[in-house]
Order: sequence, then C-alpha cells, then structure tokens
Amino acid sequence: MRIELTVNGNHHTLDVEPRTTLLDCLRDNLDLKGAHAGCEHGVCGACTVLFDGVAVRSCLMFAPQAEGTPITTIEGVTPGPGELSPVQDAFCETHGMQCGYCTPAMILVAHALLADNPNPTREDIVEAISGNLCRCTGYAQIVEAIALAAERMRGANRPSERQK
Amino acid sequence: MKAAPFEYSRVTDVDEACAMLSDDENARVIAGGQTLVPMMAMRLARPSRLIDINHIAALSYIRADGDAVSIGATTRQCVIERDVLVKNKLLLLARAVSFVGHTATRARGTIGGSLANADPAAELSLVAVTLDARLSYRVGGRTETIAARDFDIGAMTTSLPHGAILTAVQFPVWSGKVGVGFHEVNARRSDFAFASAAAQIELTDDGKCKRIAIGVGAATDHPIRLESAERQLKGTAVDATKVKDAVVGALADIEPMADLHASADYRRRVAASLAARAVADARDHALGKKAHAH
Repeated sequence: MRIELTVNGNHHTLDVEPRTTLLDCLRDNLDLKGAHAGCEHGVCGACTVLFDGVAVRSCLMFAPQAEGTPITTIEGVTPGPGELSPVQDAFCETHGMQCGYCTPAMILVAHALLADNPNPTREDIVEAISGNLCRCTGYAQIVEAIALAAERMRGANRPSERQK
Repeated sequence: MKAAPFEYSRVTDVDEACAMLSDDENARVIAGGQTLVPMMAMRLARPSRLIDINHIAALSYIRADGDAVSIGATTRQCVIERDVLVKNKLLLLARAVSFVGHTATRARGTIGGSLANADPAAELSLVAVTLDARLSYRVGGRTETIAARDFDIGAMTTSLPHGAILTAVQFPVWSGKVGVGFHEVNARRSDFAFASAAAQIELTDDGKCKRIAIGVGAATDHPIRLESAERQLKGTAVDATKVKDAVVGALADIEPMADLHASADYRRRVAASLAARAVADARDHALGKKAHAH
C-alpha cells in the first residue's frame, strides 16, 4: 500500500506491505540504518525512534500506522552535517557506549527525556532508559552521559520550547 | 520475527470498525499494539486484517463523570500516568500505571487495549476489578456495559462478544479518608508480575475501616477480589495480624497458575504478602502516614 511518512523533516511517499514494521521501513526503504533491529518484538529497545517527540519502539508499529506523525531517528538529531547533538557529545565524552548497538536508541530516549524534563534526577534517567538493554557498559556511563548532557543543555543560551 | 501478511484499515468511526470486525472473524483491532504486534511478529497471532482504531478521536479522553471518572479506550497509558484528574481522583490507577511496561511502551499502549488483552498479570485489569470499574463497548450500533469483574473470564480471554469494541472504562471515585496501596513482584522492573496486589480503603474519622477493596492479579488466570477478607476487615482498625489472617484465608481456595518462573505455592504465598502490604499501605496512606516506597 502507498503511504506517506515524514522522517527527520523530510517527506517520503513509499509503497510498502502493511506488515512492514516502521523499523524495517526506516532501515530498508529509507536507508536510515541508525534504527537498530535487535529483538524485533519489543524487549530490547534498540529500535527506539521519536514519534511526535516521544520515544517509542519502531518494531512495535507497522509503517502505515506512522502516516501523519513526524518521526525522528538518530540521523535527525544532529544540528548540522558533521556536528553532534549535546547528548551525542556527552555519550562520547563519558564513554557512554561500547559496541554501539543500543546507542542510537539510548540517545533518542535521552532527547525525549530532556525535552520533557530538563533537570532529571538520577532516578528519572534510570527510569527513562529502563526499557533499553545495553550488554556492554553496565549503564553507569550512560546515566553519566545523560546527566552531563542535561547540565550542558540547561546552561546553553537558547530559548526553551515554551519561550519560542 | 516478521508478521504474516494482513490487510490494514485505518478507521475514524467506531461503528465502522465494529462492522469491519463483524464481517471478518479473523480481523483484529489494533490500538497501542504493544502486545499484539509482538504476538504477530512471533506468529502467535495471524489476523487477516488489522483495524486501526487509534484515529477514532471520540475514544481518547479522561473526564469527570458524576461520581466517577471515565477514560476512553484508546487513551494512552502515558497520558493516564500524567493526568491531574487521575492523580486527584484515582490514585490507585495513577500508582499502578507506572508498573505497566516501560516509558516507551506506555507511550503507545492504551488502557482499553490492556483491558481487552486480558493478560492475567495486567495491572490495569487488576485496578479495574479492584475498583469495580464498568466497561463500555459498542456492538451492532448500540452501547453495552459490563462490570470489570465479569469481563475477564480467563487468561487472555474476555466476555466481549464477537464484533464488539471496548470504548470506555468508568472508575467510581471514593471520597473521604481514602488511601491506596499497590505492590507487585517480578523478575525485573516492568516485566510481567508473578503476583500483584491492589488495595483501596476508606477510614472513618476514628480510623476504622468503612470500606475496603482488595484485589490480587497475576496469581490466577484473571484478577480476583479477596471478598472474604474485605468483609472481615470492614469495621476493624485494620491491624497487621488481622489483615494477614484475612488475606491468607481469602487466598486459601484459589487455583494459582504455575510455570517455570513461579510455582503455584509461591504465587499464593507472595500474593498474600503483597495483599497484606497493599492493605497496610492503603491504611497508612489514608491516615496520612507515608506509604512504603514500591
């Protein structure tokens, strides 16, 4: 069936089978390989994308269901070519990743958390990433990365969503 | 981990959805899809058609409704979690919803989807049964209602007739000195519970139990009420020994589920401990003492 998706601000018209998950559509039809296929049944969180700014599992949604709602993948969080978002920077600096498989999802979850709560407690951060499995880091550096990103984003001289 | 082929229909009207559902006995309704999609990925479910009810605007709301609060079937769990009316009037629901899946699944999962899915461990079904919620569904152009405790009849099985779609759930609001408690035990946070317990209590001015509801989930194939314990505790000061005896007695005749993760004896024992803790929390909460952290 023919569907229209808005991903990272770009509009796409695609022909997909209804059974195509949003995850497979992003990876195979739009070549956005940053959405990772892990368990493909909603357990690992590696496929997380932002659906209207909210973190959801793209493997638990069929592509036609995503029509009409803006989607952001890890490819869409950078401010410009060759740059990193403050969250991505923080993950690099605190060694918040090792193999990298869970990383795009962790970063998107952090973006969703910080957009909603600029001043999260450690518990808020742990709760936010509790649906995302990481088998390398032991999570400590991921929590540290998100706390560092939050601190920097609070200090950044830019209008908040409310003031815009 | 790829679903079998199916047809997809997005509908904006509930009667249109009911008609489609009646026309094809292998069609399934999809709301949040947080259970259905993994079931389809594992090919445990192979619907011929998915009827997507996410865009029926009339099914998504939370509103005061006389002495009750009504919640539309496709209202997302994350919306319930943050809703001020729910926090003020339905604290038991507010407390329990944070145990449902994790943030990313609550962002899509709906209250009606969870109730209609009828997982024995579903926190929302347990709250609905504990609070004597009434469920509304649409079938053949008319609206019917059913008590939550008559809705779940077994694991993943409800009494919803063929061609019917759940539209709303109405929770009665208790007033007065009301307190709540909710506990569950699982292998890891957000995973399916092995046993769960919910309690809501109303105390008189001198601290006696005026009204009490105690529910247990995940232990049996659908959530149950501990009615004999409720009767025994009414009018008492709800002291710990009496609570323990009452809930152990009420759980003596249940038939707990057993699997690789938790035996029947374990579930019964844990359910009794959690129910006693939930009641103690509810009493302390009603008395204004700090409830135990979950």
